[in-house]
Amino acid sequence: MRRYFGRKLLIYLLTFFLAVTIDWLIPRFMPGNPVQNMLSRVAVHPEAIDAMRGYFTRAFGLDVPVWQQYLNFWAALFHGDLGVSVYMFPQRVADILMRAVPYDVALLLPAILLSWLAGNKFGAYAARTKWLDNTVLPFGYTLTATPYMWLGILLAWVFGIVLDVFPFAGAYSYDMSPHISWRFVGDVLWHWFLPFASLFLVQFGGWAIGMRNMIIYELESDYSHYLEALGAPRALVRKYAFRNALLPQLSGLALQLGVIVAGALVTEVVFSYPGIGYLLLAAIQNQDYFLIQGCFLFIIVFVLLANFAIDIIYVLVDPRTRRGMTGETA
Amino acid sequence: MKKRKRSEFLFFAFRNNKLRVGLSIVLFFLVVAVVGPFLTDNEPLEYANPGGAEPPSAEYWFGTTSFGQDVFSQFAYGLRATFLVGALGGGIATLLGVVIGFSAGYRGGLVDEALNMLTNIVLVIPTLAVLLIISAYLEVRGIVMESVFIGCTAWPWAARAIRAQTFSLRSRDFVDLAKLSGKRSWKIIFTEIAPNMMSYLLLVFILQFGGATLNAATLDFIGLGPTTGISLGLMMNYAVLWGALLLDIWWWFVPPGLAITAIVGALYVTNVGLDEVFNPKLREM
Amino acid sequence: MSLRAENLRVYYQTLRGDVKALDGATFDIADGEIMGVAGESGCGKTTLAHSLVRLTPPLRYIEGRVTLDGEELPIADMKRMDGFRFRKISIVPQYAMNAMNPTRKIGKMTGELLASKGADIRELMPELRRRLDLVELAHAVLDMYPIELSGGMKQRMVMVLSALLNPSLLIADEITSALDVSTQKAVAEMLVEFRDRQFVKSMMIITHDLSILYQVADTIMIMYAGQLAEKASTKTIIGSPRHPYTKLLISSLPQVGVKVADVRLKGIPGTPPQLLDPPAGCRFRDRCSVAFDKCLEVPPFIEVARDHMVACWKEPGADA
Repeated sequence: MRRYFGRKLLIYLLTFFLAVTIDWLIPRFMPGNPVQNMLSRVAVHPEAIDAMRGYFTRAFGLDVPVWQQYLNFWAALFHGDLGVSVYMFPQRVADILMRAVPYDVALLLPAILLSWLAGNKFGAYAARTKWLDNTVLPFGYTLTATPYMWLGILLAWVFGIVLDVFPFAGAYSYDMSPHISWRFVGDVLWHWFLPFASLFLVQFGGWAIGMRNMIIYELESDYSHYLEALGAPRALVRKYAFRNALLPQLSGLALQLGVIVAGALVTEVVFSYPGIGYLLLAAIQNQDYFLIQGCFLFIIVFVLLANFAIDIIYVLVDPRTRRGMTGETA
Repeated sequence: MKKRKRSEFLFFAFRNNKLRVGLSIVLFFLVVAVVGPFLTDNEPLEYANPGGAEPPSAEYWFGTTSFGQDVFSQFAYGLRATFLVGALGGGIATLLGVVIGFSAGYRGGLVDEALNMLTNIVLVIPTLAVLLIISAYLEVRGIVMESVFIGCTAWPWAARAIRAQTFSLRSRDFVDLAKLSGKRSWKIIFTEIAPNMMSYLLLVFILQFGGATLNAATLDFIGLGPTTGISLGLMMNYAVLWGALLLDIWWWFVPPGLAITAIVGALYVTNVGLDEVFNPKLREM
Repeated sequence: MSLRAENLRVYYQTLRGDVKALDGATFDIADGEIMGVAGESGCGKTTLAHSLVRLTPPLRYIEGRVTLDGEELPIADMKRMDGFRFRKISIVPQYAMNAMNPTRKIGKMTGELLASKGADIRELMPELRRRLDLVELAHAVLDMYPIELSGGMKQRMVMVLSALLNPSLLIADEITSALDVSTQKAVAEMLVEFRDRQFVKSMMIITHDLSILYQVADTIMIMYAGQLAEKASTKTIIGSPRHPYTKLLISSLPQVGVKVADVRLKGIPGTPPQLLDPPAGCRFRDRCSVAFDKCLEVPPFIEVARDHMVACWKEPGADA
């Protein structure tokens, strides 16, 4: 088991290292002077621009050799200093991101967990009878083939505009500001529902289809046949098949994280939901390099942490990995 | 070694419902993509209708946008772009996947370890984030560039699958037999392993095609797709940007999304059907 | 009378038609009898085993009657058979090494299986432990996962499991095929112990290896191409077989101490017929040296001497 975790940690560390390096490289890809590009978009008093130019040149470290810039970047990272945003000057990038994180967590965590659990249960259920299978299959395929943003658009249009039961923009009503009260919580949930539903439905389809296929595969295995030969009731056979089919579905979840993050990003854009994805896009459109770097970093860290969490859960759930014999590993 | 007759494949292929339905849908849209642009006189971005947004009619089959652009024209040309990126991006991803996955699977040992590590790293990184950032820094982008980016970030899936398949094929008896009879590595790869991989490669490519289409639509929707031309994702981008939702101009955003859903869904179903044709065990009696 | 089969016909459904894998089997297994079923690959012995225990598509029941201890076995009815499976008729399958759920501890799986059949593992624990001792498995295996056991150990565990509720008939399907010779002997002897200690009443051992059957079986039934060829006591089959196929089969076995330089091994020329469209009549006809025109009709499987059944027109009494 140590070997299993050792390998995983190595991959995550390497990935983090690579990601941070890419993150650092990005603004330096730009043709021209990144500082000048940033400043040309800001309509501010000329004296202020000079001060900002000086600050940003130092902040970017463009006045020191390249390798030192790289090391400085790492140092700043460990201090939690992600720079200052240009687009939302003078707010610190770290602060902006931390404000956005709760919205993402609130959106992604329930969407991922619930769609995985419900989708798997539903897919297993569908494998029971032929007619159920025939109705669930096309439905599942349609859902999983739906682009996230299109479903978001449809939901926003149908429920937000035509039927007017849900709002379709922002995380809370414009006439409110965040505070602790039932009214605010209710308002947030009201705004949260459509983006959540959008993310939930697409993933749900994918898991249902996947589980249905896995269950059929498990039901054809030797241990299933043996139980049937001994006359075990269908319920027991199905229970074992389901538990065993969950394992590859769990690994599958880890693999899907990149796709899910992409979906969340696009959904946030459709609903103007102030998560990190939405911020990233705004930062790109406004060429705010610090904010871009910060968003990218947060996304990578989230994905790595989620992967790691799933690895831990997998070990807890698959007895074979615990005993040192690997079943499903990378 | 068993060589399956081509005719046997075609026999099962024609009888398989999923394959028939899936392939028909994809072919239908392909026909629209090829023929569609000839059916309309208007360029996709041309301001053809002075009346602005109008619902579908005899003159404009899919209606017009807020700027009076012919939606059907946009749709037809957009389909072309979609198919192009799907094929090219999916093709590149499959190619990279084959090279990396096959090398890892066939060679084993250190090569395998190194390539595997690389695959896992690229796999973990959320590709859209990378795509966003790369795309954002290019002033001018074309369809080919987009396809290359998508292909270069989507290959880990293919590499993994092909590596697994290579492992299983490598240890099969007919390969051992060929090695025993003194065949050279190259010959073994091409004559013994490749034919068995072909069917698998087709399955992998179909999935990559679907994935590339979705990725492209997402990129286009955010506005980081090709800077010229039109695509289905771009249609949706414009629609949302110009308030189609609020103005109930549903004909602007429903067709493109519907087309993507239909094509990708059909591709998935085709994939399953093909799998059944290739693997006798999955065939229904 | 433990098991009786009358004219059992079970075919395999394929897209090209029905493969007549088991075409008219009539035989008895008495109480306490260990019957070996031998024949070439594809002769129908595994089909026979599956027909009795788990008749699911692509297997298709055509006709025939099977009774166990006087009661009819509803082999064509998957649901009703559940009442008989494990308790009255049980099987140690060919895939025994993969037969246990890989993600469940063996003891836990056993407990759940027994509970689902209305038995309590706690009551059965002392007996279970005794049987584990008999097959030389440590009690600790109950606390392990299948992956921690060797192939032979898994096989013995499955043997214990399948016989746990003392079925009337235990079918052992090719259980020695994947083992080395000394383990084969041990396993075969364990099977006999099961019968001797009356864990099971009678047994059907399916194998292509006649030498195993020679050691442990009371009677041997020879099958060929989906039909029964001969059934008699082990001594008779090995020493004085009467069916042309059996004779050739026995004579083609290598003997210890005899070198090829002295006596060349005789095989049986030709190959078994494919069963999608089998030849009419006796299916051994094409390879038989004494075949004649009557062989175009299926010979009946009749008793030519006490407890000795043969299906051959050359036997006296077959014409009658």
